[in-house]
Amino acid sequence: MDIVKLNIDNKSVVVEKGTTLLEAAKSVGVEIPTLCHMKLHDMNYENNPGGCRICVVEVEGRRNLAPACKTECSEGMNINTHSLRVVNARRTVMELILSDHPAECLTCVKNGNCELQTMAQKLGIREIPFEGEQSHYKEDKSPSIIRDMDKCIMCRRCEMACNEIQTVGCLSAINRGFESVVSPAFEMDLEKSTCTYCGQCVAVCPTGALSEVDNTRKVIAALVDPSKTVIVQTAPAVRAALGEEFGLEPGTLVTGKMASALRKIGFDKVFDTDFAADLTIMEEGTELLGRLQKHLDGDENVKLPILTSCCPGWVNFFESNFPDMLDVPSTAKSPQQMFGAIAKSYLAEQMGIKREDMVVVSIMPCLAKKYESQRPEFAVDGNPDVDFSITTRELAQMIKGANINFEELDDEDFDNPMGESTGAGVIFANTGGVIEAAVRTAYEVYTKKSLSKVDFKELRGFDGIRAATIDFDGLPLRIGIAHGLGNARKLLEDVQAGRSEFHAIEIMACPGGCIGGAGQPYHHGDTSILKKRAAAIYREDEGKALRKSHENPFIVKLYDEFLGEPCGELSHKLLHTHYFDKKNKVELNP
Amino acid sequence: MTKYNSHILVCGGTGCRASQGEEIVENLKQAVVDNSLENEIQVVRTGCFGFCEKGPIVKMIPDNTFYVQVKPEDAGEIISEHIVKGRKVERLLYTDPEKNEHITDSKHMGFYKKQIRIALRNCGFINPENVDEYVAREGYAALGKVLTEMTPEEAIKIIKDSGLRGRGGGGFPTGLKWEITHNVEGKEKYVVCNADEGDPGAFMDRSILEGDPHSVLEAMAICGYCIGGNHGLIYIRAEYPLAIERLKIAIDQARELGVLGKDIFGTGFDFDVELRYGAGAFVCGEETSLIHSMEGLRGEPTVKPPFPSVSGYKGKPTNVNNVETLANIPVIINNGAEWFSAIGTEKSKGTKVFALAGKINNVGLIEVPMGITLREVIFDIGGGIKDGKKFKAVQTGGPSGGCLTEKHLDIPIDYDNLLACGSMMGSGGMIVMDEDDCMVSVAKFYLDFTVEESCGKCAPCRIGNKRLYEMLDKITKGNATEEDLGILRNLGNVIKDTSLCGLGQTSPNPVLSTMDNFPEEYLAHVKEGKCPAGQCKDLMEYVINPDTCVGCTLCSRVCPVDAISGDKKQPHVIDTAVCIKCGACMEKCKFNAISIQ
Repeated sequence: MDIVKLNIDNKSVVVEKGTTLLEAAKSVGVEIPTLCHMKLHDMNYENNPGGCRICVVEVEGRRNLAPACKTECSEGMNINTHSLRVVNARRTVMELILSDHPAECLTCVKNGNCELQTMAQKLGIREIPFEGEQSHYKEDKSPSIIRDMDKCIMCRRCEMACNEIQTVGCLSAINRGFESVVSPAFEMDLEKSTCTYCGQCVAVCPTGALSEVDNTRKVIAALVDPSKTVIVQTAPAVRAALGEEFGLEPGTLVTGKMASALRKIGFDKVFDTDFAADLTIMEEGTELLGRLQKHLDGDENVKLPILTSCCPGWVNFFESNFPDMLDVPSTAKSPQQMFGAIAKSYLAEQMGIKREDMVVVSIMPCLAKKYESQRPEFAVDGNPDVDFSITTRELAQMIKGANINFEELDDEDFDNPMGESTGAGVIFANTGGVIEAAVRTAYEVYTKKSLSKVDFKELRGFDGIRAATIDFDGLPLRIGIAHGLGNARKLLEDVQAGRSEFHAIEIMACPGGCIGGAGQPYHHGDTSILKKRAAAIYREDEGKALRKSHENPFIVKLYDEFLGEPCGELSHKLLHTHYFDKKNKVELNP
Repeated sequence: MTKYNSHILVCGGTGCRASQGEEIVENLKQAVVDNSLENEIQVVRTGCFGFCEKGPIVKMIPDNTFYVQVKPEDAGEIISEHIVKGRKVERLLYTDPEKNEHITDSKHMGFYKKQIRIALRNCGFINPENVDEYVAREGYAALGKVLTEMTPEEAIKIIKDSGLRGRGGGGFPTGLKWEITHNVEGKEKYVVCNADEGDPGAFMDRSILEGDPHSVLEAMAICGYCIGGNHGLIYIRAEYPLAIERLKIAIDQARELGVLGKDIFGTGFDFDVELRYGAGAFVCGEETSLIHSMEGLRGEPTVKPPFPSVSGYKGKPTNVNNVETLANIPVIINNGAEWFSAIGTEKSKGTKVFALAGKINNVGLIEVPMGITLREVIFDIGGGIKDGKKFKAVQTGGPSGGCLTEKHLDIPIDYDNLLACGSMMGSGGMIVMDEDDCMVSVAKFYLDFTVEESCGKCAPCRIGNKRLYEMLDKITKGNATEEDLGILRNLGNVIKDTSLCGLGQTSPNPVLSTMDNFPEEYLAHVKEGKCPAGQCKDLMEYVINPDTCVGCTLCSRVCPVDAISGDKKQPHVIDTAVCIKCGACMEKCKFNAISIQ
């Protein structure tokens, strides 16, 4: 290992060759302020275009100030991170950035969570000596994401997320100089672009330039409408992250407090998407076994691997990028949509209310869920199965807005019947979780034997692409897992080229799975938070009395009373879907 | 091969072509045929002569008669008089402005006397579309010499010893750059010619490519041999169609001749050149931006290091040189390092091409030895200031450079001296200003350019230059305070200090240098609300002197906004609230009764 020695603010530092000044300074307790820089440690991605110039430092012997995030340490360097020259430059650059930023913090979605705001405060900016033109761009509102590019500071993190991590290639810088801004090609609206609504751009945006569509006003309007019965479902990943919004340690499980808060807010029934996750396993697992059996029987028309279809960002991705493979993913709807379909049929009937009088709200870690709930195929006569999808962050806002002291809430249970779930439903939140849940059920159905141990640790982890073989009583079932759409693309290209050896593949669009969803509390680059959330999810699973979807008594009852059998006729009508070729949807604004 | 008695050289540069240069060539050829002289006289379309002020140019060889501002209809007379009767066409000869007499031999023209043409050696002399003419002028001899007689190290040593420095702006030692790229491990290396000339008014690279494309191709092949690369790429802006056309012809001819392609001169060395087109972004003259643009990415810079020598095009070691730099290479190889380093100053060797523009008599392209003074360039070569006005300043280095004044006129021009004066060599733009130019407006003009050309990647350049421009605008409108001048200076310094690439690191130079050299002019704007040069419209008023106005009504009739009133034969008055300061009244007044205050 080559090492270099240097001095930072008169402190002697020894670091490995290739270390940046920023990291070297940090190692001796010198925090150099940064704005555009973002390092996603566990994912091996670093955004350091050297664009904001906030992290500039003085390097003895160099003519200009150097960006600490992008300058490698070299032997004998003398660095000053807070000389008058540096402080003046940093402050002036910050004043410049603020001179082209709307001063509307009070109503901004990022108020209190904005890295630009924090930095302005840190640098003590009280007035801006520059007056002049401000950038103005048309607002772009898609079903999931709002782009308010007046607030863009050109940090380029969204480009990294969209192009490097997700390989969606929707966002890039356009125009020059003062007019330059990040945008879909030809300044198209997101809705007309290849955007998957995965929202990872929103997850890394330091300002309010990219944000989710806020549905809380609509939810509150439904809650106060006495003619509506408003029920809520909460996705598995939410319970492992919501606490962060209230200052709790990342990885704190708040399932009971969340149920309690939702009831206090005024939802008529508080249910769990985990129930629908168990239902998904029944349908998707049956579909997997069906295809597998036909494949083993030599039917060449059967396509394997089967791909999971719970993740709406992933569905959007393959509809745009792999339209020739629309028959490869499972036709099972996502848990959110299965929940809506059952709620507005079976449950409404049980509760004796009309479909139109029921409002289904979902709490999701996800932005793509907003779009998914609005897909026309998920509605009956224009009435959507899921009316409003809101994020973990939006729920936190609602709880705060309702003046609820979250930390002091007692734990409460979900309502029944659609609040009962197994551990298999819970682990849907993590990468590898859906397929682990499917294996738990498929194994027992296929082998007709009881599992001695339900934890399949070989399916867990954070590597972007993973593979494991599960012994199905002599049949080696080969399983692939990818999280992050860039990794998904690699697996898909293998399938497309006929190179894939897998029987089943699980894909989640967001890094880490739903726990890293774009609707979760902002991690501000600290991806260790994702691991803590994932660990919490596995804890929740371990604490469950039932851990296999097919053992969920209310699922059993649902099939007995209503659906008949998995993948049966009614199931097909309510719980399965089809996909569309969206490859050529790109069109220019007139 | 036909042996001609006489050659008629017609400038085929973009400027002269725009003034019917092609028709001149056609008419001359026709006149030659009409006089049955096709076996004795050859009409040659050459590259640029540099004397654009008086184009189109036609030069007669061997007697160097220099005809200026020629029109297509002059062709017959040139042939019948000059060629047939042996009499010079007096009316087309260049007239010396001082002695007011015709100059028959271009060698005696003040414009050419002090020039040494190395990079431009073939421009205006050979037909750029005929490789034989290049070969006849020692073309590809240097490549042959390097490939057959030298190791790469030996050739690099010659370039290093010559003292040649990059002509694109930065002035980095060329030989050292080659050596660094040579020393980097790598099987695949690239030679890139930076032909993304973007300084306003500068056109030396275009002229070299239009007038002598083979010199660049030869140099690239030499460079390829030296660094160990087999691929050459020329990044040229698409708005240089003539240069592109001539490069394409040159590449084809060079391939046919075997000086590009496989196994050049039987030495086993392969080298070929491809063109890459730019969309005309100033920032793509910066080498990392240029490389990204060639890769199909957005043309914006990345932080250096890594330098292209280590990781450039497609991540491979890449040597980027400017056109003019390359044009020097073959001559240096042929004539030796000592010959080249004898020209110039201690740290700046050889010559530099400048594009003379602005308020100067001889606008055009010149090549002068390093160390020449600005005074010699402006007054001896440039013929002094137009209309007998007073010299005020000269902007060197384009939008990245600064304004120099009277006190800098006798400083020898080289990289280091220009930097020390707060300007820079840049790519060689030289814009001369006279007493009528407002220096705040000049700075604003350049900032307008950099605001437009900033790529937008880093905050200080993206927003800072915009704010600089807006503050200058505020000054020219009389709305700024002295405190603003302090903010302006600090902002300029911070932009220089913090910007990512050379564009932002130099863009405040026009502001800072004019603030340094013309502080009183800035103060006059902010303290007195006056523009001493009378250029800032918002700070001036047109007034009619009642003592000299005879009430002829001409001014009120010509005023487009009816701002002037008054009875016939009575003094008129301008309503300054309505006046748009177009100056039409002043132009029309026969009694000099209207003035600017």
